[in-house]
Amino acid sequence: MNLKIYLYILVMAGVTYLIRMLPLTFIRKEIKNKTIRSFLYYVPYVTLSVMTFPAILSETGSIWSAWAALLTGIALAWRGKSLLIVSASACLVVFLSELLLLRL
Amino acid sequence: MVSENKSWFYRGMQHGIPIALGYLAVSFTLGIAAKNAGFTPFAAMLASFTNNASAGEFAGFTLIASGASFFQVAVMELITNARYLLMSCALSQKLSPDTPLIHRFLISYDVTDEIFGISVLVPGKLNPWYVYGAMAVAIPGWSIGTFFGTMMGSLLPASVVRALSVGLYGMFLAIIIPPAKKSRILAGVVLLSMGLSYLFTKLPYVSSLSTGTRTIVLTVLIAGGAAVLFPREEPDDES
Repeated sequence: MNLKIYLYILVMAGVTYLIRMLPLTFIRKEIKNKTIRSFLYYVPYVTLSVMTFPAILSETGSIWSAWAALLTGIALAWRGKSLLIVSASACLVVFLSELLLLRL
Repeated sequence: MVSENKSWFYRGMQHGIPIALGYLAVSFTLGIAAKNAGFTPFAAMLASFTNNASAGEFAGFTLIASGASFFQVAVMELITNARYLLMSCALSQKLSPDTPLIHRFLISYDVTDEIFGISVLVPGKLNPWYVYGAMAVAIPGWSIGTFFGTMMGSLLPASVVRALSVGLYGMFLAIIIPPAKKSRILAGVVLLSMGLSYLFTKLPYVSSLSTGTRTIVLTVLIAGGAAVLFPREEPDDES
Protein backbone atom coordinates (compact mmCIF):
# COMPACT_ATOMS: atom_id res chain seq x y z
CA MET A 1 0.00 0.00 0.00
CA ASN A 2 2.82 2.35 0.91
CA LEU A 3 4.40 2.81 -2.51
CA LYS A 4 1.06 2.59 -4.23
CA ILE A 5 -0.26 5.59 -2.31
CA TYR A 6 2.53 7.71 -3.79
CA LEU A 7 1.60 6.53 -7.27
CA TYR A 8 -1.98 7.57 -6.57
CA ILE A 9 -0.77 10.99 -5.48
CA LEU A 10 1.28 11.25 -8.68
CA VAL A 11 -1.76 10.43 -10.84
CA MET A 12 -3.92 12.97 -9.00
CA ALA A 13 -1.28 15.68 -9.23
CA GLY A 14 -0.53 14.98 -12.90
CA VAL A 15 -4.13 15.18 -14.07
CA THR A 16 -4.82 18.25 -11.95
CA TYR A 17 -1.74 20.06 -13.22
CA LEU A 18 -2.51 19.34 -16.89
CA ILE A 19 -6.04 20.73 -16.51
CA ARG A 20 -4.58 23.98 -15.25
CA MET A 21 -1.50 24.18 -17.42
CA LEU A 22 -2.84 23.43 -20.92
CA PRO A 23 -5.13 26.48 -21.29
CA LEU A 24 -2.55 28.79 -19.74
CA THR A 25 0.19 27.74 -22.13
CA PHE A 26 -1.79 27.19 -25.33
CA ILE A 27 -3.99 30.25 -25.28
CA ARG A 28 -1.35 32.85 -26.03
CA LYS A 29 -3.35 35.43 -27.90
CA GLU A 30 -6.09 37.62 -26.62
CA ILE A 31 -9.47 36.18 -27.42
CA LYS A 32 -11.30 38.73 -29.56
CA ASN A 33 -14.73 37.13 -29.56
CA LYS A 34 -16.99 39.29 -27.42
CA THR A 35 -19.22 36.46 -26.22
CA ILE A 36 -16.29 34.33 -25.10
CA ARG A 37 -14.67 37.29 -23.40
CA SER A 38 -17.90 38.08 -21.60
CA PHE A 39 -18.33 34.43 -20.62
CA LEU A 40 -14.88 34.30 -19.09
CA TYR A 41 -15.55 37.59 -17.31
CA TYR A 42 -18.67 36.18 -15.64
CA VAL A 43 -17.12 32.80 -14.73
CA PRO A 44 -15.48 33.73 -11.40
CA TYR A 45 -18.55 35.53 -10.06
CA VAL A 46 -20.80 32.57 -10.82
CA THR A 47 -18.33 29.98 -9.54
CA LEU A 48 -17.65 31.75 -6.26
CA SER A 49 -21.36 32.49 -5.69
CA VAL A 50 -22.32 28.88 -6.37
CA MET A 51 -19.63 27.61 -4.04
CA THR A 52 -20.56 30.01 -1.24
CA PHE A 53 -24.28 29.43 -1.11
CA PRO A 54 -25.76 27.25 0.26
CA ALA A 55 -22.52 25.48 1.26
CA ILE A 56 -21.77 28.02 4.00
CA LEU A 57 -25.03 27.11 5.78
CA SER A 58 -23.88 23.59 6.59
CA GLU A 59 -20.33 24.56 7.47
CA THR A 60 -20.92 25.54 11.09
CA GLY A 61 -22.62 24.09 14.16
CA SER A 62 -25.90 25.87 13.56
CA ILE A 63 -27.65 27.37 10.58
CA TRP A 64 -28.07 30.61 12.56
CA SER A 65 -24.39 31.18 13.15
CA ALA A 66 -23.82 30.49 9.45
CA TRP A 67 -26.47 33.04 8.44
CA ALA A 68 -24.91 35.55 10.84
CA ALA A 69 -21.52 34.98 9.20
CA LEU A 70 -23.00 35.26 5.70
CA LEU A 71 -24.82 38.52 6.41
CA THR A 72 -21.85 40.00 8.26
CA GLY A 73 -19.62 39.08 5.34
CA ILE A 74 -21.96 40.64 2.79
CA ALA A 75 -22.38 43.83 4.84
CA LEU A 76 -18.64 44.33 5.35
CA ALA A 77 -17.80 43.48 1.74
CA TRP A 78 -20.51 45.93 0.63
CA ARG A 79 -18.66 48.62 2.54
CA GLY A 80 -15.47 47.67 0.74
CA LYS A 81 -13.60 46.18 3.69
CA SER A 82 -10.47 44.15 2.90
CA LEU A 83 -10.39 40.39 2.34
CA LEU A 84 -8.79 39.78 5.72
CA ILE A 85 -11.32 41.90 7.66
CA VAL A 86 -14.33 40.31 5.97
CA SER A 87 -12.92 36.83 6.39
CA ALA A 88 -11.83 37.23 10.02
CA SER A 89 -15.11 38.90 11.00
CA ALA A 90 -17.10 36.00 9.54
CA CYS A 91 -15.06 33.55 11.63
CA LEU A 92 -15.42 35.65 14.76
CA VAL A 93 -19.18 35.97 14.29
CA VAL A 94 -19.53 32.17 14.07
CA PHE A 95 -17.41 31.66 17.16
CA LEU A 96 -19.25 34.28 19.25
CA SER A 97 -22.76 33.47 18.06
CA GLU A 98 -22.24 29.79 18.82
CA LEU A 99 -21.07 30.67 22.31
CA LEU A 100 -24.19 32.74 22.68
CA LEU A 101 -26.47 30.02 21.29
CA LEU A 102 -25.01 27.56 23.79
CA ARG A 103 -25.94 29.87 26.67
CA LEU A 104 -29.53 30.33 25.54
CA MET B 1 10.74 46.43 -13.39
CA VAL B 2 12.42 44.43 -10.63
CA SER B 3 11.04 46.65 -7.90
CA GLU B 4 7.64 46.48 -9.57
CA ASN B 5 7.78 42.68 -9.39
CA LYS B 6 8.75 42.96 -5.76
CA SER B 7 5.80 45.13 -4.87
CA TRP B 8 3.44 42.80 -6.76
CA PHE B 9 4.91 39.85 -4.86
CA TYR B 10 4.37 41.66 -1.58
CA ARG B 11 0.81 42.56 -2.49
CA GLY B 12 0.18 38.93 -3.47
CA MET B 13 1.44 37.79 -0.07
CA GLN B 14 -0.85 40.26 1.67
CA HIS B 15 -3.88 39.07 -0.26
CA GLY B 16 -2.77 35.49 0.26
CA ILE B 17 -2.92 35.70 4.06
CA PRO B 18 -6.70 35.35 4.43
CA ILE B 19 -6.53 32.60 1.82
CA ALA B 20 -3.83 30.79 3.77
CA LEU B 21 -5.84 31.11 7.00
CA GLY B 22 -8.92 29.68 5.33
CA TYR B 23 -6.79 26.93 3.79
CA LEU B 24 -5.39 26.00 7.21
CA ALA B 25 -8.91 25.32 8.44
CA VAL B 26 -10.19 23.58 5.33
CA SER B 27 -7.10 21.45 4.79
CA PHE B 28 -7.17 20.50 8.46
CA THR B 29 -10.51 18.79 7.88
CA LEU B 30 -9.15 17.41 4.60
CA GLY B 31 -6.30 15.87 6.60
CA ILE B 32 -8.80 14.00 8.75
CA ALA B 33 -10.34 12.55 5.58
CA ALA B 34 -6.86 11.56 4.38
CA LYS B 35 -6.19 9.79 7.65
CA ASN B 36 -9.40 7.81 7.27
CA ALA B 37 -8.23 6.80 3.80
CA GLY B 38 -5.02 5.37 5.26
CA PHE B 39 -2.64 8.25 4.49
CA THR B 40 0.30 9.04 6.72
CA PRO B 41 0.65 12.74 7.64
CA PHE B 42 3.56 13.02 5.22
CA ALA B 43 1.69 11.42 2.31
CA ALA B 44 -1.34 13.61 2.98
CA MET B 45 0.85 16.71 3.06
CA LEU B 46 2.50 15.65 -0.20
CA ALA B 47 -0.92 15.18 -1.80
CA SER B 48 -1.92 18.70 -0.77
CA PHE B 49 1.40 20.20 -1.80
CA THR B 50 1.16 18.69 -5.27
CA ASN B 51 -2.59 18.99 -5.88
CA ASN B 52 -3.81 22.20 -4.25
CA ALA B 53 -7.40 21.16 -4.86
CA SER B 54 -9.91 20.66 -2.06
CA ALA B 55 -12.73 18.84 -3.82
CA GLY B 56 -10.34 16.92 -6.07
CA GLU B 57 -8.24 15.71 -3.16
CA PHE B 58 -11.24 14.80 -1.07
CA ALA B 59 -12.76 12.80 -3.91
CA GLY B 60 -9.38 11.20 -4.61
CA PHE B 61 -8.85 10.14 -0.99
CA THR B 62 -12.31 8.61 -0.84
CA LEU B 63 -11.73 6.65 -4.05
CA ILE B 64 -8.28 5.46 -3.01
CA ALA B 65 -9.69 4.23 0.30
CA SER B 66 -12.25 2.18 -1.61
CA GLY B 67 -9.50 0.53 -3.67
CA ALA B 68 -10.22 2.24 -6.99
CA SER B 69 -7.92 1.90 -10.00
CA PHE B 70 -5.46 4.58 -11.13
CA PHE B 71 -7.69 5.20 -14.13
CA GLN B 72 -10.76 5.78 -11.98
CA VAL B 73 -8.83 8.23 -9.83
CA ALA B 74 -7.63 10.07 -12.94
CA VAL B 75 -11.18 10.40 -14.30
CA MET B 76 -12.44 11.59 -10.93
CA GLU B 77 -9.76 14.30 -10.84
CA LEU B 78 -10.74 15.34 -14.34
CA ILE B 79 -14.37 15.82 -13.30
CA THR B 80 -13.88 17.43 -9.91
CA ASN B 81 -11.21 19.78 -11.22
CA ALA B 82 -12.76 20.62 -14.60
CA ARG B 83 -13.65 24.08 -13.34
CA TYR B 84 -9.94 24.90 -13.22
CA LEU B 85 -9.91 24.46 -16.99
CA LEU B 86 -12.39 27.32 -17.25
CA MET B 87 -10.45 29.38 -14.74
CA SER B 88 -7.17 28.85 -16.57
CA CYS B 89 -8.84 29.93 -19.83
CA ALA B 90 -10.04 33.08 -18.11
CA LEU B 91 -6.65 33.63 -16.52
CA SER B 92 -4.87 33.25 -19.88
CA GLN B 93 -6.64 36.46 -20.89
CA LYS B 94 -5.27 38.32 -17.88
CA LEU B 95 -1.68 37.57 -18.88
CA SER B 96 0.13 39.75 -21.33
CA PRO B 97 0.49 37.72 -24.58
CA ASP B 98 4.28 37.80 -24.35
CA THR B 99 4.39 36.27 -20.86
CA PRO B 100 7.19 33.65 -21.00
CA LEU B 101 6.35 29.95 -20.83
CA ILE B 102 8.10 29.48 -17.49
CA HIS B 103 5.70 31.91 -15.81
CA ARG B 104 2.76 30.11 -17.38
CA PHE B 105 4.05 26.76 -16.06
CA LEU B 106 4.54 28.14 -12.56
CA ILE B 107 1.21 29.97 -12.30
CA SER B 108 -0.51 26.75 -13.45
CA TYR B 109 0.69 25.03 -10.30
CA ASP B 110 -1.77 26.84 -8.06
CA VAL B 111 -4.85 27.88 -10.04
CA THR B 112 -7.29 27.36 -7.17
CA ASP B 113 -10.70 28.94 -6.69
CA GLU B 114 -9.23 31.49 -4.33
CA ILE B 115 -5.94 32.32 -6.05
CA PHE B 116 -7.84 32.58 -9.31
CA GLY B 117 -10.43 34.78 -7.62
CA ILE B 118 -7.90 37.37 -6.52
CA SER B 119 -5.72 37.09 -9.65
CA VAL B 120 -8.47 37.61 -12.19
CA LEU B 121 -9.69 40.75 -10.44
CA VAL B 122 -6.35 42.54 -10.38
CA PRO B 123 -6.72 45.76 -12.36
CA GLY B 124 -5.17 45.55 -15.84
CA LYS B 125 -2.82 42.75 -16.80
CA LEU B 126 -1.69 40.17 -14.27
CA ASN B 127 1.91 40.30 -13.06
CA PRO B 128 2.96 36.66 -12.36
CA TRP B 129 4.78 37.81 -9.22
CA TYR B 130 1.45 38.71 -7.65
CA VAL B 131 0.42 35.06 -8.03
CA TYR B 132 3.77 33.87 -6.64
CA GLY B 133 3.29 36.06 -3.58
CA ALA B 134 -0.12 34.55 -2.92
CA MET B 135 1.24 31.05 -3.58
CA ALA B 136 4.11 31.61 -1.16
CA VAL B 137 1.68 31.83 1.77
CA ALA B 138 -1.27 29.80 0.45
CA ILE B 139 0.61 26.60 -0.47
CA PRO B 140 2.30 26.23 2.94
CA GLY B 141 -1.04 26.94 4.63
CA TRP B 142 -2.73 24.25 2.57
CA SER B 143 0.03 21.63 3.03
CA ILE B 144 0.70 22.25 6.71
CA GLY B 145 -3.00 22.28 7.55
CA THR B 146 -3.38 18.88 5.88
CA PHE B 147 -0.38 17.54 7.77
CA PHE B 148 -1.74 18.58 11.15
CA GLY B 149 -5.25 17.47 10.29
CA THR B 150 -3.96 13.97 9.57
CA MET B 151 -1.79 13.97 12.65
CA MET B 152 -4.08 15.38 15.30
CA GLY B 153 -7.52 15.90 13.85
CA SER B 154 -9.30 15.94 17.17
CA LEU B 155 -6.97 18.22 19.09
CA LEU B 156 -8.41 21.66 18.30
CA PRO B 157 -11.75 22.49 19.93
CA ALA B 158 -14.54 21.80 17.44
CA SER B 159 -15.90 25.33 17.94
CA VAL B 160 -12.63 26.79 16.64
CA VAL B 161 -12.53 24.51 13.62
CA ARG B 162 -16.12 25.42 12.74
CA ALA B 163 -15.44 29.13 13.09
CA LEU B 164 -12.33 28.95 10.89
CA SER B 165 -14.21 27.03 8.23
CA VAL B 166 -16.31 30.05 7.18
CA GLY B 167 -13.15 32.09 6.57
CA LEU B 168 -13.01 30.96 2.96
CA TYR B 169 -16.58 32.01 2.31
CA GLY B 170 -15.93 35.40 3.86
CA MET B 171 -13.13 35.76 1.39
CA PHE B 172 -15.35 34.79 -1.54
CA LEU B 173 -17.83 37.45 -0.45
CA ALA B 174 -15.13 40.08 -0.26
CA ILE B 175 -14.29 39.22 -3.88
CA ILE B 176 -17.76 39.12 -5.43
CA ILE B 177 -19.76 41.73 -3.49
CA PRO B 178 -17.89 45.01 -4.21
CA PRO B 179 -18.08 44.67 -8.06
CA ALA B 180 -21.70 43.49 -7.74
CA LYS B 181 -22.44 46.69 -5.85
CA LYS B 182 -21.33 48.69 -8.87
CA SER B 183 -23.10 46.67 -11.57
CA ARG B 184 -26.74 45.64 -11.52
CA ILE B 185 -26.06 42.89 -14.05
CA LEU B 186 -23.31 41.45 -11.88
CA ALA B 187 -25.53 41.70 -8.80
CA GLY B 188 -28.22 39.80 -10.70
CA VAL B 189 -25.69 37.16 -11.77
CA VAL B 190 -24.52 36.69 -8.17
CA LEU B 191 -28.07 36.41 -6.83
CA LEU B 192 -29.16 34.04 -9.59
CA SER B 193 -26.07 31.89 -9.03
CA MET B 194 -26.74 31.56 -5.31
CA GLY B 195 -30.45 30.97 -5.88
CA LEU B 196 -29.96 28.25 -8.50
CA SER B 197 -27.17 26.71 -6.45
CA TYR B 198 -29.61 26.42 -3.55
CA LEU B 199 -32.34 24.97 -5.78
CA PHE B 200 -29.88 22.44 -7.22
CA THR B 201 -29.32 21.01 -3.74
CA LYS B 202 -33.08 20.58 -3.25
CA LEU B 203 -34.66 19.62 -6.59
CA PRO B 204 -35.02 15.98 -7.64
CA TYR B 205 -32.41 14.56 -10.06
CA VAL B 206 -30.02 17.52 -9.89
CA SER B 207 -29.64 17.27 -6.10
CA SER B 208 -27.68 14.03 -6.61
CA LEU B 209 -24.95 15.91 -8.52
CA SER B 210 -21.67 16.25 -6.68
CA THR B 211 -20.62 19.71 -5.55
CA GLY B 212 -17.95 19.83 -8.26
CA THR B 213 -20.36 18.89 -11.04
CA ARG B 214 -22.98 21.33 -9.81
CA THR B 215 -20.38 24.08 -9.88
CA ILE B 216 -19.40 23.24 -13.47
CA VAL B 217 -22.97 22.96 -14.76
CA LEU B 218 -24.13 26.19 -13.17
CA THR B 219 -21.00 28.08 -14.17
CA VAL B 220 -21.44 27.13 -17.83
CA LEU B 221 -25.20 27.80 -17.78
CA ILE B 222 -25.24 31.12 -15.93
CA ALA B 223 -22.00 32.65 -17.21
CA GLY B 224 -22.96 31.50 -20.72
CA GLY B 225 -26.44 32.97 -20.43
CA ALA B 226 -25.10 36.24 -19.07
CA ALA B 227 -22.50 36.42 -21.87
CA VAL B 228 -25.20 36.02 -24.53
CA LEU B 229 -27.75 38.33 -22.92
CA PHE B 230 -25.38 40.94 -21.51
CA PRO B 231 -22.14 40.89 -23.51
CA ARG B 232 -19.62 43.31 -22.13
CA GLU B 233 -18.78 46.27 -24.31
CA GLU B 234 -15.28 46.93 -23.06
CA PRO B 235 -12.51 44.52 -22.25
CA ASP B 236 -12.25 44.42 -18.49
CA ASP B 237 -9.09 46.47 -18.23
CA GLU B 238 -10.41 49.54 -16.57
CA SER B 239 -12.15 48.05 -13.53
